[in-house]
Amino acid sequence: MLNRIELLQLVEHNARVKISDLATMLNASEEEIAAELEACKKDNVILGYTTMINWEKTERETVTALIEVRITPQRNQGFDKIASQFYRYPQVSSCFLMSGGFDLMLIIEDSTLREVANFVSEKIAPLEGVLSTATHFILKKYKSNGTLFTQKPKDDRETIVL
Amino acid sequence: MDIDYQSKISKVVNGIAPSAIRRFFDLANEMKGEVISLSIGEPDFVTPWNIREAGIFSLEDGNTHYSPNQGYIEVRKAISEYLQRRFELKYDPKSQILVTVGGSEALDLIARSLIDPGDEVIILEPCFVAYKATVTLAHGVPVVIETKEEDEYRLKPEALEAAITDKTKYIILGYPGNPTGATMSREDLAAIKDVLVRHPDIFVVSDELYSELSYTGERPVSIANFPEMYDRTIVVNGFSKSFAMTGWRIGYMAGPAPLVAAMNKVHQYCIMCSPTTAQYAVIEACRNGDKEVDEMREEYNRRRRVIIKGLTDAGLKCFAPTGAFYAFPSIEGLGLSSEKFCERFLMEKKVAIVPGNAFGKCGEGHVRISYAASMENIQEAMKRLKEFVSDLKEENK
Repeated sequence: MLNRIELLQLVEHNARVKISDLATMLNASEEEIAAELEACKKDNVILGYTTMINWEKTERETVTALIEVRITPQRNQGFDKIASQFYRYPQVSSCFLMSGGFDLMLIIEDSTLREVANFVSEKIAPLEGVLSTATHFILKKYKSNGTLFTQKPKDDRETIVL
Repeated sequence: MDIDYQSKISKVVNGIAPSAIRRFFDLANEMKGEVISLSIGEPDFVTPWNIREAGIFSLEDGNTHYSPNQGYIEVRKAISEYLQRRFELKYDPKSQILVTVGGSEALDLIARSLIDPGDEVIILEPCFVAYKATVTLAHGVPVVIETKEEDEYRLKPEALEAAITDKTKYIILGYPGNPTGATMSREDLAAIKDVLVRHPDIFVVSDELYSELSYTGERPVSIANFPEMYDRTIVVNGFSKSFAMTGWRIGYMAGPAPLVAAMNKVHQYCIMCSPTTAQYAVIEACRNGDKEVDEMREEYNRRRRVIIKGLTDAGLKCFAPTGAFYAFPSIEGLGLSSEKFCERFLMEKKVAIVPGNAFGKCGEGHVRISYAASMENIQEAMKRLKEFVSDLKEENK
């Protein structure tokens, strides 16, 4: 019996594993794997495949900003209505409803400092229902989505008799 | 001054032949960096962070002293709880557990504490290289049973019965096994137990270093789980393989209190105590390590399947291993000794694996491939193996 969680964990960390390899690793047929991946897409469990890029190693000069937003929930619609006004902006790469001292967390990736500043002051802060915002910039990425952004460790174990 | 050093070395040490494949290992290490190594008998994983951190905290707290000889009681309690939880083995932390410098020290202590000169110890080859040497160094006589591929390298009761003499002191069972990846099921062990019940003076040393790495879908069984055998079994286990802690050098034995006391005597004079930092770390390993162990096992299992498929694709006959992290395929019919096969594979395809004769004479004709390496390396190595085998077949035409 194919374990969906195990399959998802494998493709989560490497979306490029070949179906034939997944079949071997999970002791299933290629057809089963393909069908399960297709079913995951249909069920909206797999929403897409992305590539992990360390932009700092390119010439692109962009920043990542985390914006905390405090808002007033709206009658009948709670936070969902106002959240949808934020996440429709293409520059918002993530949008979460949070517990704790603020309500929404927006993540803006791959923008310049000026773009972020303009976005916050022109699009977010003036919106009705927004009480306050606090913008944080990421200075350095050590690890993201389970992947280390520092040098990969080398396998330099010695061969010994055992 | 001209001293004949060789003549000064004790007969027993001189009697141990230098490893026949030493040269091969030197060669492999010289080429390190340019080769893919599937030769190493240790996890490629780094010790889980929470365990490393527990070691670091202990240093920060200034815990840099000797521990009691037998190991901190807190460590022995943690081991006792762990054995009970994971293997249904019950041992009193005060009197039945001794914390050692890896499983290897435990094997040595057992040999030195139980063997009188001339006593026989039954060893199942192909096996871990230290079994025979520890017995020989303790002036015992290793009696080898050659386990066979067609039996999936399990010990057969008839073979055991035939090897027993009135000098037999103990038998070493190493399952899941290095280098074969074999395991023994409850039924297999029950048959062995039936033989041993007829020979009540023989002890069992059950080397269970790989016990967490079993892929049969069932929890591994120890011969100590049989009530008739509990009082006659010394379980040797440790953290090296299951928790990826080889370099910490920490393991333990668990068994009858009078024997543990005797071994503690040897231990206190030659080792004092096992490393304190490692002892603090393994408290964390025993109590909060299950999730990481299970994840590592699942990853090994996936690699195992990739290896088995790779070997089949390459046209090598291989018993499908069910434990540890080794495959032990046959290279018979390719016209090379296992050492020559490994040497040429290393030189021509830049992949290091280990000749089977390193693990006993009957390992000849086989090679050990470790899958404690990254999936990419395993896949690439299997590709090269396929090319190599096909080159050899071409040559032999």
